[in-house]
Amino acid sequence: MTNAYIPFSSTVTKIIRHTDIEYTFRMTFEGDVKPGQFFEVSIPKYGEAPISVSGIGPGTVDLTIRKVGRVTNRIFENYEGNTLLMRGPYGNGFDLEQYKGKELFIIAGGTGLSPVKGIVDYFSKHPEEAAGVTLIAGFKSPEDILFRDDFAVWKQKLNVIQTVDTAPEGYEGPTGMVTKYIPDLNIRDLKQSAFITVGPPVMIKFTILEILKLGVPEEQIWISHERRMCCGLGKCGHCRMGSAYVCLDGPVFNYAEGKNLID
Amino acid sequence: MGYLISRKTADELFARLSKSHDIFAPKLFPGEGCFSDTDIVRYGQVHTLDEIEFDRRSDYSSKETLLAVNETLFYFTEDATTVPSCTDRRLLIFLRSCDLHALRRLDAVYLENGPEDFYYRRLREKADFALMGCRETCDTGFCVSMGTNRTENYDLYLKPEGDAVYVDCRAERLLSYFREIDAEDCQMVPDHVTENREKVTLPKNLSVQSYDNPLWESYGNRCIGCGRCNFVCPTCTCFTMQDILYRDNEHVGERRRVHASCQVDGYTDLAGGGSFRKKQSERLRFKVMHKVCDFEKRFGYPMCVGCGRCDAVCPEYISYANLLNQLAKEEEA
Repeated sequence: MTNAYIPFSSTVTKIIRHTDIEYTFRMTFEGDVKPGQFFEVSIPKYGEAPISVSGIGPGTVDLTIRKVGRVTNRIFENYEGNTLLMRGPYGNGFDLEQYKGKELFIIAGGTGLSPVKGIVDYFSKHPEEAAGVTLIAGFKSPEDILFRDDFAVWKQKLNVIQTVDTAPEGYEGPTGMVTKYIPDLNIRDLKQSAFITVGPPVMIKFTILEILKLGVPEEQIWISHERRMCCGLGKCGHCRMGSAYVCLDGPVFNYAEGKNLID
Repeated sequence: MGYLISRKTADELFARLSKSHDIFAPKLFPGEGCFSDTDIVRYGQVHTLDEIEFDRRSDYSSKETLLAVNETLFYFTEDATTVPSCTDRRLLIFLRSCDLHALRRLDAVYLENGPEDFYYRRLREKADFALMGCRETCDTGFCVSMGTNRTENYDLYLKPEGDAVYVDCRAERLLSYFREIDAEDCQMVPDHVTENREKVTLPKNLSVQSYDNPLWESYGNRCIGCGRCNFVCPTCTCFTMQDILYRDNEHVGERRRVHASCQVDGYTDLAGGGSFRKKQSERLRFKVMHKVCDFEKRFGYPMCVGCGRCDAVCPEYISYANLLNQLAKEEEA
């Protein structure tokens, strides 16, 4: 019988510094993994934390980690060449096939961009596989912008709106919440559209209200939830919403089902 | 097979069982209750029939015998992890019908929901279960309403009565313990209650729309978030992961899981500050809906077994049974 609680050791091969408190750690990993899935990442004796996969490469996964807690503080002291303990991947993740051939709109807030970044990466490499991709990404301020190098690449291939909630005077570029840009979206065919939104709960709530106002059917909206998780295996109970376990049934939910899940 | 044995023979039976089994049963701990001069009944290891508390419902449930309050998952030493070894002895766990029904719920979460839990599985498959009958209803239990007042799903049944002990052995693997023992054959049906003082009708239509029901607030505003209802519940299975390092040598430590409560602060806290269900009334709703509807949606039967321990232990006298009845009554209206 396998013991799913025992982590494996993974080496940090590269660090990408986005902001003072948000880094991407490129970790060695062999195996199947999908965008939107997550790993339980741990430092022995400090604890475990669930971290979304923010990129998938040959033999590696990217974990974008924000320095906000006991475990993540410690992770920031473990740099290149060092190892982290990991379990996973867990969760359903996004099914890329569902979005192929569709006009895809991705609306992400802050680190909520991590779980969808794999999808954005994929369609920026294969733009012909979708009937257009629009990314609306919101950050608190210009200092909080993540994945700057990736945005430069995405902007050449996809329709990208990168906005900041507040900006100092003289800032050039879109400002305001992500929801501000939804009413003006130019959708060619509502029936062939697909929406994905990930971010803080309040952002998801208001983003969905705006999407629904456009007349998009609930079945064409996907959300990904962030919850506390101690096991990732459907046991510890912390992530449960209604009858669903976010770690097993999610974190990605179709909104038609997800709207019935309450905390 | 049913047997009638004497108390003395029962002692012999316990001695035989003790050779292969660690026996766990509710025990009376005089003076160890929450308040001064109060007793408590909780699980502990026993070696004789006399040590078992048959008259009172245990304040804490039998789940602690399979899911320790605080369980080491593995030890860290430098880069290696070591899983603690498991007992090589079998377990015999004495429990009442409600708790045996609760075991089915523990199995659902730990064996059927996602991958099997290594630690639960390895103990669970070593366990035999001995049913304790209920001659009369306990104060707050509503097992009849929940259909958990009787069970045939036991390995052994024991009923002490005066100098005699009635035994029913359903598990073939335990029949050998009765060989060459001084026993009369006898047929019996385990004692079970057919009526409780507390009667509960479950609400059947709880849903997202029930979120705003003012009843959650009127019951929940008294809650102080102590979590005792969760810790005594035979079906609550939540835990929190905890890493510790040894003060004497910080290169060595362990990862543990400890029982967790959805009523206590911190249960939903995210690193970085987010949390869900900040109000006690929301936490009460979350718990109650899990016990009587959300679990059922997933597994096909309610989670609550109606043991009534949560109502008995609540320091604020919040009655979960009354809340359920009121919710059901509102649906009728």
